[in-house]
Amino acid sequence: MSENKDMSESSSPSGKLDGASVVIINYGAGNIKSIQFAFKRLGVDAILSNDPKVIKAADKVIFPGVGEASSAMKMLKETGLDTLIPQLKQPVLGICLGMQLLCKSSEEGNTKGLGVFQTEVKRFSNDVKVPQMGWNVIKDLRSDLFKGIKENEYMYLVHSYYAEHCNETIAKTDYGLNYASALQHNNFYGVQFHPEKSSTAGAKILENFLAL
Amino acid sequence: MLTKRIVPCLDIKNGRTVKGVNFVDLRDAGDPVELAKQYAEQGADELVFLDISATLEGRGTTLDMVLRVAEQVNIPFTVGGGISSVEHVDALLQCGADKVSINSSAVKRPELVNELSNKFGSQCVVVAIDAKQVDGQWKVHLAGGSIPTEIDLFEWAQEVEQRGAGEILFTSMNHDGTKNGFANEALSKLSETLNIPIIASGGAGNVQHFIDTFVEGKSDAALAASVFHFGEIPIPELKKELKQNNIEVRL
Repeated sequence: MSENKDMSESSSPSGKLDGASVVIINYGAGNIKSIQFAFKRLGVDAILSNDPKVIKAADKVIFPGVGEASSAMKMLKETGLDTLIPQLKQPVLGICLGMQLLCKSSEEGNTKGLGVFQTEVKRFSNDVKVPQMGWNVIKDLRSDLFKGIKENEYMYLVHSYYAEHCNETIAKTDYGLNYASALQHNNFYGVQFHPEKSSTAGAKILENFLAL
Repeated sequence: MLTKRIVPCLDIKNGRTVKGVNFVDLRDAGDPVELAKQYAEQGADELVFLDISATLEGRGTTLDMVLRVAEQVNIPFTVGGGISSVEHVDALLQCGADKVSINSSAVKRPELVNELSNKFGSQCVVVAIDAKQVDGQWKVHLAGGSIPTEIDLFEWAQEVEQRGAGEILFTSMNHDGTKNGFANEALSKLSETLNIPIIASGGAGNVQHFIDTFVEGKSDAALAASVFHFGEIPIPELKKELKQNNIEVRL
């Protein structure tokens, strides 16, 4: 696949913004086209790759994911990405299931996570409709990721499992209970919402991530 | 708080919108991408594209359209119409669709709902149900409402939820096209019996109808076509009025 081609520093202008390259980890989990398009709207050609060399060399890494946790983790293990991802040194942004997989564990498929974020992922109770689907607000924002984003900004979310609030929480959302809709640990960032589908505010968050 | 969603629906044939759209400021009213962008800018929360192409070539053109929409539009969208296989769904999702909507094909082969939710996740599987109330009983209809079945709306909705549907799009054929309001009694029963989101469809004529379907119908989202396409109800004003009526919407 052409997307997986090796990308040496000088051979391709792709994925560059002010000389920075963006790689979206392509491990077969879900719709990553939309993320790629969202970066393209920001003028950045993000590269899809599952090649550890390409991922390690990137200035920014996006860890996407839609679908089921245990099968996604299986795909990561098959490619050795489960050991690579937690060792990355550049800014990494986990989106949706990507963020959940960066946590300690998930109730979904009884999955052990990558353990970057010290919190657990649980299923919403049936007191609310599951999945949560639609636009909800993010609040108590505390990270450069949210520079220029106002409190209670709307984001698009689709999920049945949530990360429990912890001291790495950088944004909260209320759906039956308060949970962590964004997390940060050192160079690792995670968002439960889909910035690529969250209109102009979502685009701003991706832009902020590029500027980290 | 999770907000109620406003969802314009576009009929697509051979990659172009049909049924007429009357928007000012549009260079090409037949171009789904341009229309989708306009709706996104106006504050639509999601979009539904219903593919009514009869031919394989027409469906191929729709795939190109999906790709162009995903490229240029920054809100989620669903594609429906004539979807009956895992491969077709795979192609649509690969092109950037967020969700697919299946209808008759699910009734003909209910396992399709399981197959799609297992492979792609419940979050992208919308089951559309067209039903008509006859002698007090809501019966599911197929092929755009032209073929009646003996299947009960509520039993079918519960079955698809158990099979992994992530959302139900319920169109009342008694209300569709009437502009007299949504089928709120049936909608509220669906919303109370099921634990997945319900999209109301059929009957939107004025702002009050939207208020009613969110309050009385307990709907999670409301879908409409002509009232949006012809500018009868501008989305920004609709959402403002919903907010004034204490309905949570994204402004």
